[in-house]
Amino acid sequence: MLQQLFKFKGGVKPQTSKTSSLHEPIGQAPLPARLIVPLHQSIGGTPNPLVEAGEHVLKGQLIGGADGWISSAVHAPTSGTVLAIEEHIAAHPSGLSTLSVIIEPDGRDEWIERTPLDYRTLPPERVREILRDAGVVGLGGAVFPSHAKLTASKTVPMDELVINGAECEPFITCDDLLMRERAEDVIRGVAIFRDLLMPKRVLIGIEDNKPEAVAALEKAVQALGENFEVIAVPTRYPAGGAKQLIRVLTGKEVPAAKRSTDLGVQCFNVATAYTAYRAVAHGEPVISRIVTLTGNVEHPRNWEVLIGTPLREFIQLGKPKNDTNGYLMGGPMMGFEMPSLDAPLVKATNCIIAASPTLFPQPPPEMPCIRCGACAEACPHELQPFEMYWFAHAKNFGKTQEYNIFDCIECGCCSYVCPSHIPLVQYFRFAKSEIWARERDKKASDLAKARFEFRNLRDEREKAEKAERLAKAAAAKAVEKKAAPVDSGAALATSPDAPVNADVAKKATIAAAIERARVQRETAEPKNTDGLTIAQRKEIAEIEARRAPLLASEQTAPNAETQRTQSTDT
Amino acid sequence: MHFTTPPYLVKKTSVQSVMLQVLAALLPGIAAYVWIFGPMILLQIAIATVAALAGEAFILKLRDKPLKLFLSDGSAIVTAWLIALAFPPLAPWWLIVVGTLIAIIVAKHLYGGLGQNPFNPAMIAFAVCIVSFPALMSQWPPVDLQASLGDQMRLVFGLLPRLDAMSGATPLDALKTALKVSEGTTTVSSVLADASTFGHLAGKGWEWVMAGYLLGGLWLWQRKIITWHAPTGFIAGIALLAGALWLWQPAAFATPLFHLFSGGVMLGAFFIVTDPVSGCTTPKGKLIFGFAAGALAYLIRVFGGYPDGVAFAVLLLNICVPLIDMYTQPPIFGKKGTQ
Repeated sequence: MLQQLFKFKGGVKPQTSKTSSLHEPIGQAPLPARLIVPLHQSIGGTPNPLVEAGEHVLKGQLIGGADGWISSAVHAPTSGTVLAIEEHIAAHPSGLSTLSVIIEPDGRDEWIERTPLDYRTLPPERVREILRDAGVVGLGGAVFPSHAKLTASKTVPMDELVINGAECEPFITCDDLLMRERAEDVIRGVAIFRDLLMPKRVLIGIEDNKPEAVAALEKAVQALGENFEVIAVPTRYPAGGAKQLIRVLTGKEVPAAKRSTDLGVQCFNVATAYTAYRAVAHGEPVISRIVTLTGNVEHPRNWEVLIGTPLREFIQLGKPKNDTNGYLMGGPMMGFEMPSLDAPLVKATNCIIAASPTLFPQPPPEMPCIRCGACAEACPHELQPFEMYWFAHAKNFGKTQEYNIFDCIECGCCSYVCPSHIPLVQYFRFAKSEIWARERDKKASDLAKARFEFRNLRDEREKAEKAERLAKAAAAKAVEKKAAPVDSGAALATSPDAPVNADVAKKATIAAAIERARVQRETAEPKNTDGLTIAQRKEIAEIEARRAPLLASEQTAPNAETQRTQSTDT
Repeated sequence: MHFTTPPYLVKKTSVQSVMLQVLAALLPGIAAYVWIFGPMILLQIAIATVAALAGEAFILKLRDKPLKLFLSDGSAIVTAWLIALAFPPLAPWWLIVVGTLIAIIVAKHLYGGLGQNPFNPAMIAFAVCIVSFPALMSQWPPVDLQASLGDQMRLVFGLLPRLDAMSGATPLDALKTALKVSEGTTTVSSVLADASTFGHLAGKGWEWVMAGYLLGGLWLWQRKIITWHAPTGFIAGIALLAGALWLWQPAAFATPLFHLFSGGVMLGAFFIVTDPVSGCTTPKGKLIFGFAAGALAYLIRVFGGYPDGVAFAVLLLNICVPLIDMYTQPPIFGKKGTQ
């Protein structure tokens, strides 16, 4: 192999624990009794529900439409009936709920009409739209909408397309088996990405502990007559981090503040390439994915699982052992504990690990940092974790930023090697969220301050205007008096009229201004009526209909003064 | 549910295992010490260890910290052993105890305990004792000490008067004094020719102890407990200064090799300037820290009033650590060449 490999600094070599789930081919998970499909399954906007409770849906039917460009569609994983669209516990460590479509399968698994397309006949814009509407997102775990990554930089030529088959986290084998069993479809998906980005080279990086996957992809590349380079990279966590793999294959280091396309390189996961191909060439949206079920189970194995399958049903496939005390989603380095067995598997779910006290023992008690620097040696982003810890611990968040806390990818290498057993990553997450919260607060207070100052300014201006008008009126009166001292009766009759007219005019202009402001505000600010279910929207429509006549009668008798006080209160 | 936070996998390592490896690395030097100067150093190590653990237990209790967790971390024992090895082997028992308690209670715990001390505790102990008890701290037994083990023990426990015959000076001190007394009439080579005090490289016997520390230090480096930067800087600092002066006036200045294998250099290079808590943390910072400490140690030992300068040099550099670290932050991933 002529490819020269580069090294990234740091990294660790935990036990990989991958073999147990590799004995059997990918299995087809049975239809669960109920599917819980969260609408928000990608980075970016939350798709709007497009179905209602009681509606019958087909397999692959769009149930949530992409909301904006950085967003991705969601589909019914099988045919059946929508039971509800409601908040349901999500696959997230917080245990918070998210708006989800609950579907009861009808068992027929009836597809929508699928239209296979030859993407080469389509304009690139259309291909990106197809990918968005098929819900193709990064399946390596980040679930970033793929179509949004498929535009090359306008100024920097696209040098390399990096395809990530490294799979560096221990226990996870779903990409390995995908590459072994569905190599040609993976390569065809890579070809779509290649044709959209037009890079000079395509590099497929796979950790060298997966020789079968390397061989399968090499064979597929040859069979399809492509010139992609399949490269075995040294096994060292986190070699599968996008930035680390880009570094190893191209020597380029993508800083935190830049997009990789700014350096002429883009990176996709192998499973993403696979789903892109299925979406374009077979018209199949992303409704299932391959999930490794391993750890403290009798039958570790990879399963092709419908998105939305509840964890409770999925784990039965592996027969968890009795001492299982929890389930991790993702790998043991960056994964998290599932908050509940009711949480569904989602597009980001690459692995479920049954945990037990023997598999993941409680770490020994936390000791003070002795500044040994093991974390700095292990950090793949060459940060000084112990310094960031010191300042995060002291809540000196400005200093953590000086030590580049936002370059931290939370890979966990520092915590892994720490002899004092300090949960460093947690400290960094805490610091990051505190910084975000403070920035939000600052923005809000800045806005409030600006509003307050504007209001003061306006009040003063109005006062000044009023004073000016009164002065003018007084002056006019004086002039009138001087000009017609005899005709004082007429002057008395007309003079009180002038201010009254001025008052009416002023009220009218204020009312107009308030109306303009209201219209502006309504167009600028997101409404709290966004992202409601269809049922809720119907209800609102009904209420509005009832209110319409009342509003009309109110508007016939406008009261500028009360409206003004109302608007200044907001 | 029950467990903590990612990463759920952690390496099998602990502060205790780091400290135990440091202790293990001291064994070759201790073995050479015992071989050449007899087993009294073991008694001193034992006294220091007991004092350190007692002092640590006392202050942990005062500070309301978990006793078992911190007593078993091994850090107090490392400090104790370093103090015992830095002090004269026939020093009275209370001197070692005073030094150790100052190190543990003042230098370590009054600053916040494990991981918080800005100064190297063992060096604080040495500095305090050499300033307070200069005579006792400068009495080093000759290699061919004629006293029996029992007499030596009685000496340590103050049951025998401290006779001049039983204590001399370190080879470093002997050289310095000889050169000073003769006022330029003798040369270094003629002083070093005295086979009763000096050996092949440096002080007779001491050179082997130094070699033992060097061996242990290299093992620590191989185990990745320490990095090469600080020891290399330290040795380079001494060697460069010593080498330059030696080339300039070989009659008045000893060879770099003599200096490297005398006094506390090897112990300092691999066990003192490598202390992560009180030393620099960045690679470049460790080099600067080591180099400056080495150069300063040489200047103090050759031109200053004390027989050796390692302790003062290290303490002075400890003060500079935050500054050096601040200016030597390595560039991070993706930002090389831009910072």
